[in-house]
Amino acid sequence: MAFVDDSKGYIATAGGARVEDYVALLKPRVMSLVVFTAIIGLLLAPGGINPVVAIIAILCIAIGAGGSGALNMWYDADIDAIMSRTANRPIPAGRVTRGEALAVGIICSGFSVAILGLATNWVAAALLAFTIFFYAVVYTMWLKRSTPQNIVIGGAAGAFPPMIGWAAVTGDITLPSIVLFLIIFLWTPPHFWALALYKQGDYGAAGIPMLPNVAGESATKFQILLYSIILVGTTFLPSALHQAGWLYTVIAAMTGTSFVYLAARLYRSHDNLTMKKVARALFTYSLSYLAVIFFALLVDHVALLAGWIK
Amino acid sequence: MSSPIVPQDDEARRRRQRRNNIALGIVLAALVAIFYMLTIVKMGPNVFTQRDL
Repeated sequence: MAFVDDSKGYIATAGGARVEDYVALLKPRVMSLVVFTAIIGLLLAPGGINPVVAIIAILCIAIGAGGSGALNMWYDADIDAIMSRTANRPIPAGRVTRGEALAVGIICSGFSVAILGLATNWVAAALLAFTIFFYAVVYTMWLKRSTPQNIVIGGAAGAFPPMIGWAAVTGDITLPSIVLFLIIFLWTPPHFWALALYKQGDYGAAGIPMLPNVAGESATKFQILLYSIILVGTTFLPSALHQAGWLYTVIAAMTGTSFVYLAARLYRSHDNLTMKKVARALFTYSLSYLAVIFFALLVDHVALLAGWIK
Repeated sequence: MSSPIVPQDDEARRRRQRRNNIALGIVLAALVAIFYMLTIVKMGPNVFTQRDL
């Protein structure tokens, strides 16, 4: 049996990977969030798109996100091996070689951008290419290991999909699509810092300068509260810009209040056990919060179009 | 004649590769379908209309 020992010392069996391992390289869970927000961006955009083209566009955005995920796993295999959350990923677990991951990443990225450009327009394709570059190069290769602000700037990569979905229909970048971008962009720091607060041992061992490890827990809790308030304020922009009606506004107010309440509870938590418990609760809540906000935008949009609400 | 003895590892490896090949085949078929549908959509509704030459 042949073994491949690559430059970073991970030993994987050549040709030993299963289909599931290649799928895991594409980070399907991250992909699901990308697909969801991209679909909402596509459906909210003014104008029409052929349903077949729309499905192909979403598929391209998903595969592009998957490609950048594979590139991230290719580059980060060394730190993934150290952290409990990521130690079982295909490369550190020895099921896929780094070369295979790189090939999957490049092929998925290239094909998704090219097909999206051919199917829709080159503005959407350029945005997808920039997103992949931003996540794989700016975030993974540069920011992640060098600054505690890594996820603040790197979060932009995760915020682009609704803009790409929007651009697939309209062929341009306008204020309403930038608002969708802003919501995810501002949601990312409190979401990941909450995770970092109860997983900081992991990040510290891997040498990743996450905010709790560098600036301390108090500073992180303050930043989470600050970003949460700005985020919730931003979720009212669609209403202020007449992009959304009262139904969305009510849902944004209710879910936003809970978000800030949890962030404030985290800020006030002093003992380690309570802090970790609340941080975990905020992390879990933030996931459903983003889904609810985007879904509410869509429901409100449909209800306005159908004349169910005014 | 008895069948050749195949080491357990090689047998498992062959099965895995077969599954991978099938998955790759499905991906390629999906790509063909995507390009076909995209071409039809881009050519517009008159693609099946017969024209006199």
